[in-house]
Amino acid sequence: MIEIKNLVKSFDETQVLKGISTTFEKGKTNLIIGQSGSGKTVFLKSILGLFEADSGEIIFGNTSLKSMDLKERALLRQEIGMVFQGSALFDSMNVEENIMFPMRMFTTASEEEIRERANTVINRVNLVNANLKLPSEISGGMKKRVAIARAIIMNPKYLFCDEPNSGLDPRTAILIDNLIQEITREYEITTVINTHDMNSVMEIGEKIVFLENGFKEWEGTNQEIFKTDNESVTKFVYSSEMFKKIRKIYIDESI
Amino acid sequence: MIQKTFGKFTKWGVLKNLIVREIDDLIIGSLGIVAFISFFVGGVVAIQTAINTDNPLLPGYLVGFATRQSIILEFAPTFISIIMAGKVGSFITSSLGTMRVTEQIDALEVMGINTYNYLIFPKIIALTLYPFLISFSMALGILGGYLACVSGGFSSHADFVDGLQLDFRSFHIVYAFIKTFLFAMLLATIPSYHGYFMKGGALDVGKASTTSFVWTSVAIIITNSIVTNLLLT
Repeated sequence: MIEIKNLVKSFDETQVLKGISTTFEKGKTNLIIGQSGSGKTVFLKSILGLFEADSGEIIFGNTSLKSMDLKERALLRQEIGMVFQGSALFDSMNVEENIMFPMRMFTTASEEEIRERANTVINRVNLVNANLKLPSEISGGMKKRVAIARAIIMNPKYLFCDEPNSGLDPRTAILIDNLIQEITREYEITTVINTHDMNSVMEIGEKIVFLENGFKEWEGTNQEIFKTDNESVTKFVYSSEMFKKIRKIYIDESI
Repeated sequence: MIQKTFGKFTKWGVLKNLIVREIDDLIIGSLGIVAFISFFVGGVVAIQTAINTDNPLLPGYLVGFATRQSIILEFAPTFISIIMAGKVGSFITSSLGTMRVTEQIDALEVMGINTYNYLIFPKIIALTLYPFLISFSMALGILGGYLACVSGGFSSHADFVDGLQLDFRSFHIVYAFIKTFLFAMLLATIPSYHGYFMKGGALDVGKASTTSFVWTSVAIIITNSIVTNLLLT
């Protein structure tokens, strides 16, 4: 579980995060949604420690990030997996080397053990015949799978995904969403996904945090989002005619 | 940046592979262009000197002497370094800049890796071998001068070799390598800084490479001036 208390972050004179508090639950896919510029990426990167928050607290498990020394922070980072928007695969390494990289860096496991573990996660994310290919030689969907495999090879407690299905076709996007949800449940990971893909919200949003202008405007589940009368949420989520119809059908059926 | 580069070291098993790769990219990969430029510029320097000193009152060994002095003192250390600011410097800036733009540096940071040490330290170590590249340039520059002069009939073998040996001061070699080493550190650090701290997108990678080349060249010229004033005057 990750608990965020009153997180504030500014860049120069602009306050981007204005005191956000929420909880991300273990074994669930927690989604952060909001318009572009609402502070989603800054929020995610602040939790990860890529940006130092001005004030507030980030608690991983039972330990506050503030109270951790550098060594403890380094150990925590080894419990974190991250899937970046553009996959962030290392260009100079092939698929297999990319996936094995965290284990080679942080464990004393033999090459044979590392390869065995890599093959397990490669099979888990359904990557076929790609081990020796370079990132430039594989498709966007495969890159995401490699990024997920690299993120879970160390058995992380926390998985962060920044727009994991951006740039993917709808079918691949759903496959990636489902893969993340399955992995989250299977390994009991606390997964935090930053997205503005409404399909993801409907499909895998077990907990949704909606940000607007640096504030937490709303939070709930993908069932509750159908019923909410929060104006900002409905404007954002049901901006397309299709989702308006889906919502209407859902409400009619509920009645 | 320098302090962090030498702090929290990357696992040796990984680091040694990175150093070998950087030596291959930055030093071995530059041998061809350095050889080509040094050989032909050495030849041109010798021919120009011969043409401009074509006077019966001037000794024949002057061409060899002038070629040696200009190549060892300036051409090989300084001008090859400026060319390397374009080749090696741009490579460093653009590769780090691309890693920044594509979030590869963020990915390393999330894993808890000291990205300064992982990315910049191997480049600094690889460029400590830069003086070997410059000695290679000196040798080929003089060889190019010799072949151009002797085969073109501008000077005899004996005169050119006499000129090469005339008034040889080993301190000139020390001076050349001291400044070469300083240039190597500039070549490793300035482009790394511009690449690592780059902000923006693909277009900005190009801009950062150009800025890095300009500042590395300026730093090389200023350092050259300071070192020459300190050591040779």
